[in-house]
Amino acid sequence: MADEKKDVSRRDFLKTAGVATGALVGGGVIGGLIGYNAKDGGTATDDEERSGGRADQSAGSPGGRMFFTNDHDFNVLSEATERIFPEDDLGPGAIGLGVPYFIDHQLAGAYGNNEKEYMQGPFYGGEATQGYQSRLRRKDIFLQGIHKMEQEAQSRFEKSFTELEGEQMDEIITAFQKDEVEMQGVAAGFFFRLLRSAVLEGAYSDPMYGGNVGMEGWKMKGFPGHQAAYIDKIESEEFEEIDPQSLGGHH
Amino acid sequence: MATTLDKVDVVTVGAGWTGGIVAAEAAKAGLKVVSLERGRERGTEDFLRVHDEYRYAIRYELMQDLSKETITFRNRRDQRALPMRTMGSFLLGEGLGGAGTHWNGQTWRFLPYDFEIKTMSDQKYGANKLGPEYQLQDWGITYDELEPYYDKFEKTAGLSGEDTNPFWGKRSNPFPTPPMKKTPILKKFEKATQDMGYTPFMIPSANLSEAYTNPDGQTINACMYCGFCERFGCEYGAKTSPEITVIPTARETGNFEVRFHSNVVEVLHEGGKATGVRYVNWMSGEEFIQPAESVVLTSYVMNNAKLLMVSNIGEMYDPETGRGTLGRNYCYQILPGATGFFDEQFNTFMGAGSLGMAIDDYNGDNFDHSDLDFLHGSLLTMTQTGVRPIATNPVPPDTPSWGSEFKKASIENYTRVLSVGSEGASLPHRDNYLTLDPTYKDAYGVPLLQLTYNFTDQDRALHKFITEKAVEIMEEMGAKQTVGSNPISDYDIVPYQTTHNTGGTIMGADPATSVVNNYLQHWEMENLFVVGAGNFAHNGGYNPTGTVGALAYRCAEGVIKYSKEGGSLV
Repeated sequence: MADEKKDVSRRDFLKTAGVATGALVGGGVIGGLIGYNAKDGGTATDDEERSGGRADQSAGSPGGRMFFTNDHDFNVLSEATERIFPEDDLGPGAIGLGVPYFIDHQLAGAYGNNEKEYMQGPFYGGEATQGYQSRLRRKDIFLQGIHKMEQEAQSRFEKSFTELEGEQMDEIITAFQKDEVEMQGVAAGFFFRLLRSAVLEGAYSDPMYGGNVGMEGWKMKGFPGHQAAYIDKIESEEFEEIDPQSLGGHH
Repeated sequence: MATTLDKVDVVTVGAGWTGGIVAAEAAKAGLKVVSLERGRERGTEDFLRVHDEYRYAIRYELMQDLSKETITFRNRRDQRALPMRTMGSFLLGEGLGGAGTHWNGQTWRFLPYDFEIKTMSDQKYGANKLGPEYQLQDWGITYDELEPYYDKFEKTAGLSGEDTNPFWGKRSNPFPTPPMKKTPILKKFEKATQDMGYTPFMIPSANLSEAYTNPDGQTINACMYCGFCERFGCEYGAKTSPEITVIPTARETGNFEVRFHSNVVEVLHEGGKATGVRYVNWMSGEEFIQPAESVVLTSYVMNNAKLLMVSNIGEMYDPETGRGTLGRNYCYQILPGATGFFDEQFNTFMGAGSLGMAIDDYNGDNFDHSDLDFLHGSLLTMTQTGVRPIATNPVPPDTPSWGSEFKKASIENYTRVLSVGSEGASLPHRDNYLTLDPTYKDAYGVPLLQLTYNFTDQDRALHKFITEKAVEIMEEMGAKQTVGSNPISDYDIVPYQTTHNTGGTIMGADPATSVVNNYLQHWEMENLFVVGAGNFAHNGGYNPTGTVGALAYRCAEGVIKYSKEGGSLV
């Protein structure tokens, strides 16, 4: 496997950083490891900034993983989310906002398990206007999609997805978007749309879900989050810049 | 074996707006009422931490659990209907208050034209202007006859508004409370539409402009414009909802009980009369029979129709022959509009569900259709409901849907985009109907309801016309770039459109073309009432809840009258 070496180096990093795995939960370090070996190519932020993103994490949103067992899967996901919502002069991208952790947490729960969806068979493909007809639950679609992304990287560029240039990653994500990749039990385009939605959900949901770290997503967008009332401002002729507030910061 | 319970005077299926209204009126009149609610108890105290877009708006916290029950859907009869596995096009409610908990509160009366659409259109434009496949019909009640019931619902709700719209029907009373605040965004729309010769007015709102105590003694508080209405419950008790009005009114009589976790699966009947309902308590798994003198179906459009179908009450509609009434005239709405991109920033994140202005110049038959290839129309609105960041990522056309350019454009335009919206009327078509699905079942082994629905040529023509009007208004408002809605093709159940589903159990004056009479009493079963937007013979160019509330008061009167006199009420 092409990324074995990388995974070893990550373990080495952990060793040299002197942190035990258990100590990472809730800490500011693990975020710095995401895409640790990623090449430049406009992919993402440098490690220092990434761990800064995690350090900002509000209490109660630990940077541990509930769903992904495999570091490389998680890193592929992380890089893909960052391409969808990259860091720029406006502020952090998906990684800096903790989006991969948000997705991890969601896949472990009701969302990943399609708890409120009708999942009884029989299953047929149907028309696009009839919507989601997969027998797969979202957690299975994400894992399969991530593995397919890695396979595409290997077959197109003979490299791991996480070692690709940004443009190469984009090419693969676009292939999914256009339904050009074969997936089992679900269309690649459907996986892409799930992934894109999940990125936006992670960037802009309340920080208690593990994304939108430091409310940086809201700050970029000018959304004040949880505010009790606007009755004193609703008639204002001026644009109101209001410090955002999260539900976790409100007791 | 099902346990048979003591008989009550009235049983309602569901405890939302219609169930709550019927329960409150019947209980006040001294009848013993039980409401069977499949969801759970909930109220204002549950909404203190409701400003959570992800949980409530994106993951549908307050809506129906589709793992238990959904519908199946296809565009055309030659397709295989498949389950709506995730929520999308419309949001079905569940729990105390039903969809009346997570509605926006825009509360309208349909136009006098709506109730006599067949007679008036034929008179003015000749018989069957649209062709015989469009099953237009009068409602069996006129606006003037329904007016007192609208008035009653508006007083219960404390509706905030202004009676300045020249196009709507005559009101017997002013709005109970003054209109909402007119914000800079609304003033921009007001000026543009006035300059174009239209007559803008504030949307009648069930988010109240001031605290109000209704005739039943229930208090609704003043709206704080927090921007979390649709898909949310109100933490202030300022959005009129069943659980803060009619439900407590019913409870205070001592004649009323809501039984939660109780999913009705069948209407029982014998010798042409309903005897009660069979339901499952899904917490305990127990099955019960609740006998009742009168049975009132007060669930949503979908389940009212389904319960009649699975209970073999009435003749199923057959699109092949046009015979049968149950499932007939399912309608929806279309949403033409225009999006405008501005340089200036607006406080778009503030708002309330019914905060907005509208014009009615292109609604109903308020304009001449002689040279047009459609009937009816739509209101045109500018609302400020509070846009939230996960769902609202507006970008100009040709912007990629992800990546750096998308991020920049969606952030830039989040507070720089305004939209002229509409709710285009939906007219009944022979091929759009409800029936039972032959394959898929719910968690109780009961067949799912099957929806066959597609947009029609009427829809496409109306959509194009209203989009053009919306674009003109947005340009007049000074947008630097205006984008009209894309033309519609096939109805798609995936993206959210509107929770304004209607028909299937329609009302009318003739048992051959309607399921219930104008007291919402079943033609074939005098102690069975069916009430809700399912009674609409077509869908108008407004939000439906005002008319649903009026029909529920009409139905309540029928239930009480029936308890005294018996027999057919018409």
